[in-house]
Amino acid sequence: MPRLSRWAIRAALLHLGLGFTLGAMILINKGLGVWPAVWRWLPAHIEFLLMGWTLQLVIGMGFWILPRFDQGQSRGNEPLAWIALGLLNTGVLATALGPVLGGPGWLPIAGRAMEALAGLSFSGHAWRRIKPPGA
Amino acid sequence: MPALTRWYIKTSLLYLIVALVIGGLLAGRSALGLPSEIGALSPVFFHLFMVGWVSELIFGVVYWMFPKMSRENPRGNAQVAWGTYVALNVGLLLRAVGEPMASLTGSTGWGVALALSAFLQWIAGMAFVVSTWPRVKER
Repeated sequence: MPRLSRWAIRAALLHLGLGFTLGAMILINKGLGVWPAVWRWLPAHIEFLLMGWTLQLVIGMGFWILPRFDQGQSRGNEPLAWIALGLLNTGVLATALGPVLGGPGWLPIAGRAMEALAGLSFSGHAWRRIKPPGA
Repeated sequence: MPALTRWYIKTSLLYLIVALVIGGLLAGRSALGLPSEIGALSPVFFHLFMVGWVSELIFGVVYWMFPKMSRENPRGNAQVAWGTYVALNVGLLLRAVGEPMASLTGSTGWGVALALSAFLQWIAGMAFVVSTWPRVKER
């Protein structure tokens, strides 16, 4: 498993842990009504699990298992994939934590923009690797 | 494909079917003249889809395909892995029943069931993270 995949998958696992923890707190509150303020964390719970866990795991796995090139860099343009990883994690943190920690109103918008650029950057990396064997 | 992976993937396919049926009922509740209480299934639909289908499929494939821990102990502690599967599914099923029941009846018992469901799913998530972490390695 290449280095970028290890970073992406470990980051995805951390987001899974955060997302499950927030989800458990929200569900406990739903059942027992012990921490009403925890509802504020619902968007962060969704963000950590959809973008931080699922999307990031897919990026890590995609970088690992998509077809490689016989010549030059075997996994093609790696910097684009690293940029995607940086943008995605910064974007998830900005979108998830900005509103609950009292950040400025533009922070979640900037976070979403970073996530979109991460998608673009990873697609730019992966596009040429979607190819028949030997090409 | 190891036995635990087969259980995860087959279970995830069942969740996919159930989630899509519930999603269909939610989408068509007006057209089909279904009672408004069916709206209480909305969070169940999302969680059967995202936890039951997406995450369980991932858990099963990760257990199968990630680099082996060692030759003697290729996939880590099997009891922990099976315990994760059981806790996640008992927790999710408890939620699938308990969440609409708590919402419709307001009963304390169903509220406690939801808290138990949360705890079981959380334990499963943490156990998966901890047991997968050492398998995220070069080879």
